Amino acid sequence: MQQFNTSHYEFGFHDKLKPVYSTQKGLTEKTVREISSMKQEPEWMLGIRLKALALFFSKKLPTWGGDLTRLNFDEIYYYVKPTDKQGRTWDEVPKEIKDTFDKIGIPQAERKFLAGVAAQYDSEVVYHSISKMLEAKGVIFVDTDTALKKYPDLLRQYFGKIIPPADNKLAALNTAVWSGGSCIYVPKNVCVDLPLQAYFRINAKNMGQFERTLIIADEGSYVHYVEGCTAPIFTTDSLHSAVVEILVKKGARVRYTTIQNWSKNVYNLVTKRMFVEEEGFGEWIDGNLGSQLTMKYPSVYLMGRKARGEVLSLAFAGEDQHQDAGGKAIHFAPETSSVISSKSVSKDGGRTSYRGLLKVLKGAENSKSTVRCDALILDPKSRSDTYPTMEINEEKVTIGHEAAVSKIGEDQLFYFRSRGISQAAAEVMIVNGFIEPIVRELPMEYAVELNRLIQLEMTGAVG
Amino acid sequence: MNNSFVIKNLESSVGGKEILKGVSLEIMPSEIHAVMGPNGAGKTTLVMSLMGNPNYKFRIQNSEFRINGEDMFNKTSEERAKNGLFVAFQHPIEIQGVSVLAFLRTSYKALYPQEKIPLSDFKKQVVEALKMVNLDEGFMQRSINEGFSGGEKKRMEIAQLLVLKPKFAILDEIDSGLDIDSLRIVAKAIGGAVKKYKTGILLITHYQRILYYLKPHYVHVLIDGKIKKSDGLSLVRKIEKGGYAAV
Repeated sequence: MQQFNTSHYEFGFHDKLKPVYSTQKGLTEKTVREISSMKQEPEWMLGIRLKALALFFSKKLPTWGGDLTRLNFDEIYYYVKPTDKQGRTWDEVPKEIKDTFDKIGIPQAERKFLAGVAAQYDSEVVYHSISKMLEAKGVIFVDTDTALKKYPDLLRQYFGKIIPPADNKLAALNTAVWSGGSCIYVPKNVCVDLPLQAYFRINAKNMGQFERTLIIADEGSYVHYVEGCTAPIFTTDSLHSAVVEILVKKGARVRYTTIQNWSKNVYNLVTKRMFVEEEGFGEWIDGNLGSQLTMKYPSVYLMGRKARGEVLSLAFAGEDQHQDAGGKAIHFAPETSSVISSKSVSKDGGRTSYRGLLKVLKGAENSKSTVRCDALILDPKSRSDTYPTMEINEEKVTIGHEAAVSKIGEDQLFYFRSRGISQAAAEVMIVNGFIEPIVRELPMEYAVELNRLIQLEMTGAVG
Repeated sequence: MNNSFVIKNLESSVGGKEILKGVSLEIMPSEIHAVMGPNGAGKTTLVMSLMGNPNYKFRIQNSEFRINGEDMFNKTSEERAKNGLFVAFQHPIEIQGVSVLAFLRTSYKALYPQEKIPLSDFKKQVVEALKMVNLDEGFMQRSINEGFSGGEKKRMEIAQLLVLKPKFAILDEIDSGLDIDSLRIVAKAIGGAVKKYKTGILLITHYQRILYYLKPHYVHVLIDGKIKKSDGLSLVRKIEKGGYAAV
């Protein structure tokens, strides 16, 4: 087991919060039944979970991506509940949890500014507030467990419809043991002006986190959802395996932004998919730092005429890290367009892989797609690969694909140094400059945090 | 000399090939020195070696390189910059995603760590400098040199000089690729820095034209890695008439 240099991981702390309840290690039908009954779920959800569990056992782990051989499903806790009561206001949130947020550095001013904060702590949402403004507009923004109780019809209609449990082994796993996550419904023609935000964090040893997020944007609506993740250090392998399902209805727009910085022993294996209907627009902005292995390829399924989809993917791999990330765009309908843009940085022997799929079905005439992946490799020990797959079954399409691998040039460094800027500081600026086209798309506080994290990764300190 | 830029008997090689074979120069504050010479004479090697480009190697025995009395040989590029040395490059480098403002701010903080200028004041200085070289303030937020025309890159180098206020500046073919209007603007801005900040200038050029605007105190002719002749502005006329052979 690789030891971590804790000085390099600013958020590597553990607080003393004891889980109120957790299931036994390992996964059996009993575990799944226990989770469901703890949550007092309706019978139909238990049914979905049990079917998914059978699929999980029957499916094989993917062998085409990163190395999953050390992932031991028997060594994981599948459900941990940290506190009995769900916080309604900030005052009700336990102090230790607040302290944790302080350490992550969520500014007070920002908390006030947020339209709603859903912070998943271990498997349970402990704090969840929705502003009056959102309620007045008829927007639903709750954790998915609450949604199951309060809006069962919504879940019955959409849960597992965009990513069925049979999609892959990890989607089956998530469906069997899911807990927490966000559920959002935006009514017709409603525009949610402020980004909805959630902070995720794993905190029990050997605990898997299996949040389940479902977003339905009704016709002509708009919502931007932002999730940021930081996690403390564990001594043994840990698994994060989420499922995010999004339906962008006719003329609606959804932007989903993720910045995750799992600690460097976490397997981050996430399935994310959007269905985009006619003239809708779905965007993924996906930043992957941290984790020992990330496998994540947010996808846009362009189902209706003139639907648009965009995936911006950003990956940073340091020592002993493998970021296997990218995006998928599948064109089902005519005049659809997609953009997949990937930027990756590898350093100290880290490895980044761009893995992407572009598929145009017969009949999706006059569709357009651009795929662009840029890799920056900071030293000879590090590595970057590109695995683009294209299946184009329609002739009247416009497809562009560009890939570039670059290194930091000596002439670039000399230019900085001639202005008095040290090589280390120059490298940080060059890396931040390289990822700037994606960072530019982030809300301000995330952009700042990301630049800070890059600096931390590059130099081991925040200046 | 304590208040000066001094090189004595400078020898420098690149890729094992000796290019500079004993160059000596002494520049005082507010002085403008021009170095002219044919292609291959060693002009770029002179610039790169003085700024500490790792591809260029000095031979240190019997040589000297001092700024204000301090030895520069064993100093890195960034330390030389902190000692007041600046180069306006012939081919400025493009840096994706790093704005002119961020670049200059970082540089300024590195050069003048004791000064605490609020960002708003610093911005004003940058805007002022851009104006001096006829670049609009929108350039401040653009990635440095990325997508700039040749002339804009040259003018941006001079804008940087105005913001960073070096003690001594080496201008490497700052006039090449500039049209007559830009040339006049750039010459005026350089003259301003000489007057205002007493910057000593080492101007490397192929062409006479900029020298008529800037009126250097000394003109040196570099041929085959050595300074063949040093004189006043009259030397320029001589070269104009008879070429370097006339020197």
